Amino acid sequence: MRRLTWFNTVSLTIGFAFLYIPMLILIIFSFNESKLVTVWAGFSTKWYGELIRNEAFLDAAWVTLRVAVLSSTVATVLGTMAAYVMVRGGRFFGRTLFSGMIYAPLVMPEVITGLSLLLLFIAIGLDRGIITIVLAHTTFSMCYVSVVVSSRLVSFDRSVEEAALDLGCTPFQAFRLVTLPIILPAVASGWLLAFTLSLDDLVIASFTAGPSATTLPIKIFSSVRLGVSPEINALSTIMIAIVAVGVIVASLMSKNAIARQAREEKAAAQT
Amino acid sequence: MNPRKALLILVPYLWLLALFLVPFLIVLKISLSDVALSIPPYTPTLDLSAGWAGFRDFLSELDFENYVFLSEDSLYWKSYLSSLKIALISTFLTLLVGYPVAYGMANAPDEWRPTLMMLVILPFWTSFLIRVYAWMGILSNEGFLNQFLLWTGLISEPLTILNTNTAVYIGIVYTYLPFMILPIYATLEKLDASLLEAAEDLGCTRAGAFWLVTLPLSRPGMIAGCFLVFIPALGEFVIPSLLGGSDTLMIGKVLWEEFFSNRDWPVASAVAVVLLAILIVPIILFQRQQQRQQEAEQ
Amino acid sequence: MSDPAPTSRPDVFAPWNDPNQRPLIQFQNVTKRFGDFTAIDDLTVDIYAREFFALLGPSGCGKTTLMRMLAGFETPTEGYILLDGQDIGPVPPNKRAVNMMFQSYALFPHLTVAENIAFGLKRDNLPKDQIAARVDEMLRLVQLQKFAARKPHQISGGQRQRVALARSLAKAPKLLLLDEPLGALDKKLRTDTQFELMEIQEKTGTTFVIVTHDQEEAMTVASRVAVMDHGKMIQVDTPDRIYETPKSVYVADFIGDVNLVEGVATSHQKDGKVQIHWAEGKEPIIGTPMQPIADGTRCTFAIRPEKVHISKEHPEGKTNIMQGKIIDIAYLGNLSTYHVQIPTGEIFKAQSANTRRIERRKFTWEDNVWLWWSETAGVVLTE
Repeated sequence: MRRLTWFNTVSLTIGFAFLYIPMLILIIFSFNESKLVTVWAGFSTKWYGELIRNEAFLDAAWVTLRVAVLSSTVATVLGTMAAYVMVRGGRFFGRTLFSGMIYAPLVMPEVITGLSLLLLFIAIGLDRGIITIVLAHTTFSMCYVSVVVSSRLVSFDRSVEEAALDLGCTPFQAFRLVTLPIILPAVASGWLLAFTLSLDDLVIASFTAGPSATTLPIKIFSSVRLGVSPEINALSTIMIAIVAVGVIVASLMSKNAIARQAREEKAAAQT
Repeated sequence: MNPRKALLILVPYLWLLALFLVPFLIVLKISLSDVALSIPPYTPTLDLSAGWAGFRDFLSELDFENYVFLSEDSLYWKSYLSSLKIALISTFLTLLVGYPVAYGMANAPDEWRPTLMMLVILPFWTSFLIRVYAWMGILSNEGFLNQFLLWTGLISEPLTILNTNTAVYIGIVYTYLPFMILPIYATLEKLDASLLEAAEDLGCTRAGAFWLVTLPLSRPGMIAGCFLVFIPALGEFVIPSLLGGSDTLMIGKVLWEEFFSNRDWPVASAVAVVLLAILIVPIILFQRQQQRQQEAEQ
Repeated sequence: MSDPAPTSRPDVFAPWNDPNQRPLIQFQNVTKRFGDFTAIDDLTVDIYAREFFALLGPSGCGKTTLMRMLAGFETPTEGYILLDGQDIGPVPPNKRAVNMMFQSYALFPHLTVAENIAFGLKRDNLPKDQIAARVDEMLRLVQLQKFAARKPHQISGGQRQRVALARSLAKAPKLLLLDEPLGALDKKLRTDTQFELMEIQEKTGTTFVIVTHDQEEAMTVASRVAVMDHGKMIQVDTPDRIYETPKSVYVADFIGDVNLVEGVATSHQKDGKVQIHWAEGKEPIIGTPMQPIADGTRCTFAIRPEKVHISKEHPEGKTNIMQGKIIDIAYLGNLSTYHVQIPTGEIFKAQSANTRRIERRKFTWEDNVWLWWSETAGVVLTE
């Protein structure tokens, strides 16, 4: 009895309009001729040109990208290990503390995480720069990876791993040959999540970045504080476009994969 | 235990100990210290070379001065209260906006759903900062909202929205909306449609069936969504600092300013400790609720 | 044990009756506890090579735990499990000459049918051509040559079941464990596959231990059936003996349909028969106990419905005769089960084959009928 009533249609329309109109306005006005972002003065791509010539933005973008690649990769390894330990590790000393430490960063306000890491880096005398941002980002994003991966681990049939052991695998071989290939999609989306979180992060990076390393969000924040600027609109448009293409491609791919699987299963059932 | 398994446990364990637990203990310690003008700007520092005596000296110099200061200066407890108020109101508003959208999605034809789902998730992957920034151009005095309202003739003078609490509410509802929609949609989608048919068969009107069946059964999703909005909203920094005004008091912003502008690390640390103490209640409630939910599903 | 003399005909497979045979698997006083819960309770049993041994019981009776201990996924809390005379307690699952076919099949979803079958062989670092030859042989055994390159989700449930079987047989284990192997198949396919399993077991000469909750399946495939309850083996016997001469009320009731009558025994006749007094003012039931029982023992008389005859006329010269009225008929196609109520209120079930078309059937509801059975048709149980 699922029927789309007029009420449903209206609320969906309003809801999605609310979600997308602000971004649409942002995108439209990135092509505005005028410096005044709220008054349309004709089509122009000049702000994109300005952006490309802006060394400070390019440097920050490059730093951000390196930090994101590094931290998400390390976080994926650590997060997958942590998930495996939590789901399959059985009992060990300090398990409760461990699960608490995996869960806590997910709900910890960023200001606290940032502040505490900065104080740590100062206490141990580590110079702030790319390394410290990578350490900070790895720490909180490994927890997100662990959540994504462990939900996959929980849902898959344990006996598949037992079958591998039964057929002569050592536990490590069973992980490498059976578990890992099966959870790989979850590991990949964990990496992607960690990557995006790192790209996005302003607060923690502000605390842990030194004067030598400025990330893109820090740069955007400091210029946005002074008001709306068409250059930032142009930058936002590029970032939105990249994410949109990524998400649309990913969901089309998964839709096709699901449809193919369903088709093949149906065909198999008829033989 | 074999060495491989030990390694598997130890690596992430030590990482989290060193980069999560230890930093937090440092915050706790500094919140009990005094401000100093040197770098690092707090005393005492723990001098391990002095051994036990050093440790005792260190302990004896710790005090709750910073916490006393927090309780005496009305700025702090006002901003805690105001953070709570803003987080509560905006959570409620997000629920009001999010529920009908989730409900609409759950009633949409099967072939639309993956697309609608994607449309909800897409903003989540988009930069938070950019999404907040987008509203600056809309809410300002000469912004699009005012232009639109003036054009329709509803108002004759531009409204001041940017740099007020209203703008903060709008910002929180906008950025956290997916966190509200997704868990509600998840419970509504699982809802057995024959339950509603049974309710109507037994004499309910459609509205009655919604009120008596759908709404109570989607409660777990609503609760989860509310926590997912409330917890991060409480410590929010970006939204109040970009959309709020100078009179918008939110504790995340206060902490930031205490640290970066006043360079008072001990007070900033004390603010952080109190914020965490306030957050612990909803976090534990949330985890309990999630556990109950999981058990109920098994 | 007071079993009747062992059947010593050489063509009958019965190693458990041959004192010279050495068992392949020995459970010696095995106990397994999970916290407070005792899953296996001081269990001792021998299983012989080439046996098809079925563990039968309700869920939670410990049969799966027993099997998982054989595979190496659980270790006994107390006692020993010997395989070929060697304690396998400390041997991890990947080092055991035991393979398992999982209830969920546990096929590797990312590998093809052939790769699934080759998986265990590759772990032994066999040369490539040997692996290929063995995989081929296995595919032929389960008739899946055409599907070698398919992934598990591209084949039907029945085919998946056969891949799982081939995979677990590929390493030629001494012992194959089957955990509810046919549970996911529909009835028709299940019956066919039971015979296929038996054929494969005979062809490969592997010892099979099967866990099942389906008694018909256990009776069909097994050389011996162990009926389990609460971590103990209530009775271990061949299917026919489990059915015909159950040792306890539990087994009689668990396997098949049965009429149970409680009473007190008085032995009276020279040939070892007893009278069972079961209701005030009723003729005692005459039964033949397997071992002598003392006067005044409380016992239960158990008789299968198909051994209770039903007729319209008073049977002349028969024993254990009762009169009653048909109150219910369960028509099963080939058979009908009649529920007959006798004047004191008890209900007896009698079964007869439907050799004639339905409109020419002799009995119908409310008919007065006579029931009778011979003195050796039922069993007298004291447990």
